[in-house]
Amino acid sequence: MRDVRRDFPILSRTVHGKPLVYLDNAATSQKPTAVIDALDRYYRETNANVHRGLHTLSEAATAAYEDARRKVARFVHAARPEEIVFVRNTTEGLNLVAHGWARKFLKAGDVVLLTEMEHHSNIVPWHILRDQIGITLRFLRVNDDGTLDLSDLDAALEGVKLVSFMHASNVLGTINPVRQIADAAHAVGAKVLVDGAQGVLQMPVDVGALGCDWYAFSGHKLCAPTGIGALWGRYELLEAMDPFLGGGDMIESVRLEGSTWAEPPARFEAGTPAISEAIGLGAAVDYLCSIGMAEIQAEDATLTAYALEKLPQVPGLRLLGSAPQRGPVFAFTLAGIHPHDLSALLDEDGIAIRAGHHCAQPLGRRFGVPASARASLAFYNVPEEIDALVTALMGAREMFANVRS
Amino acid sequence: MSVRDMYREVILAHAQDPLHSGKLPDATDCVHRENTSCGDAIDLCAIVKDGVLVDLRYESAGCAISTASASMMTDALIGMTKADAAAMLASFRAFLIEHSELDPKLEELDALEGVRQFPARIKCALLAWQALEEILKKT
Ligand SMILES: Cc1ncc(COP(=O)(O)O)c(C=O)c1O
Repeated sequence: MRDVRRDFPILSRTVHGKPLVYLDNAATSQKPTAVIDALDRYYRETNANVHRGLHTLSEAATAAYEDARRKVARFVHAARPEEIVFVRNTTEGLNLVAHGWARKFLKAGDVVLLTEMEHHSNIVPWHILRDQIGITLRFLRVNDDGTLDLSDLDAALEGVKLVSFMHASNVLGTINPVRQIADAAHAVGAKVLVDGAQGVLQMPVDVGALGCDWYAFSGHKLCAPTGIGALWGRYELLEAMDPFLGGGDMIESVRLEGSTWAEPPARFEAGTPAISEAIGLGAAVDYLCSIGMAEIQAEDATLTAYALEKLPQVPGLRLLGSAPQRGPVFAFTLAGIHPHDLSALLDEDGIAIRAGHHCAQPLGRRFGVPASARASLAFYNVPEEIDALVTALMGAREMFANVRS
Repeated sequence: MSVRDMYREVILAHAQDPLHSGKLPDATDCVHRENTSCGDAIDLCAIVKDGVLVDLRYESAGCAISTASASMMTDALIGMTKADAAAMLASFRAFLIEHSELDPKLEELDALEGVRQFPARIKCALLAWQALEEILKKT
């Protein structure tokens, strides 16, 4: 892969006098100049509201916004651009399916199948819906190695109307077998929603090949700005869904007695959207395509192999998850040091990692660790940064161990 | 001041071997507190008799700062009246937030001075004390 580090201005800054080692990519990715410039250019040259004006700027803004939709559609191999609904983030995409589809088509007693490894954003919307309409929730268990327990998938799918699960884990690194689960789900007539938050930056995504019905992801984890994400859905399903928010842009016509809704995706994009952010997402997708998602996937594999060789060399380090199919996300505990203390100490060395429950408390309980540290890499990280992490972990260990004597 | 300086020896020692931790079978009051943002949790139990904190015990899962704070807090407060404990709570809070002098009875907790520099960690140092506050409000 070509040298991409200089594409990311932030990577050349220092933290506490040390070069920044950014290992918190699962929380959010950094942004390349191409994206930062796209935002800057939009506000300097094009800013106007979309779908509303007949003047030059509004037409240009609308064209750029819709162009971004086409780019995102191509990026995930959607059948048509209208299958891309712009939302704020993964969380909103998942909630949109819960409100717009599940609330309309599910009834009391219908089963929604989730997994024990889900992010809170794919658990809480279903808790809410269960409390409102009485659906039943069921969870696929996680094996000790961090893979999903699919040994009795057919039994787990009994009575299931919707399966919703993550493409890649933000804690264990596990990449789930989407196609296998989707095929089994469809065989019993269930629909399949995939949380792609961690999947999109790790590998080429082809929603058709994955075989799911909806795929939700966040732009900010994909080198794009915050405040923009996308829900891809098969067009017939989007057409059947009710809107989530009412307002401008989502209607066909409004009379005092009632209104009729616009076709998707407009139906789900009420109000002035995140225009510059969507354009930024389009620029991010262009940037990633210029490198190639297959290249990025190969780079991730190299970094993953290196980390899996180095991290276990730190005495007392326990990695959570050892799935054979995995991305560069490593949650771990270090004997004798709480993850928060570890993260605070590493920050002194310019190293950014996450500590806590990573918005997956049920998974933490499953592994008996209420909190863990997490180093998550992206294609712009380099092996030397893993070395820096290992050295810093050794240092932290020493500092905490010295007290005992 | 650097993060390293925040982790004084005393703090690390308490964190590794916390005093008064464990269950309190005859407890008259127990409360559970969590820092939702980080997942740190404490169960603090007390035996209160005639307005006196006869004993305090806790079970906690948290960072060195929150564990050390619980350890030093219980060590300082066991045997005090509830009124005195309330005064200590006020003193410790003011020490962390307003940088005022710590009551001499809380001498050892002075080791947490460095936490003031890191606003995100003040809630760690306060977790056990917030649990105490609930206990004091009860009975
Ligand atoms: C697997 C997974 N799902 C969902 C989310 C939620 O993403 P967002 O906060 O952008 O909505 C995240 C990230 O925090 C995640 O890692």
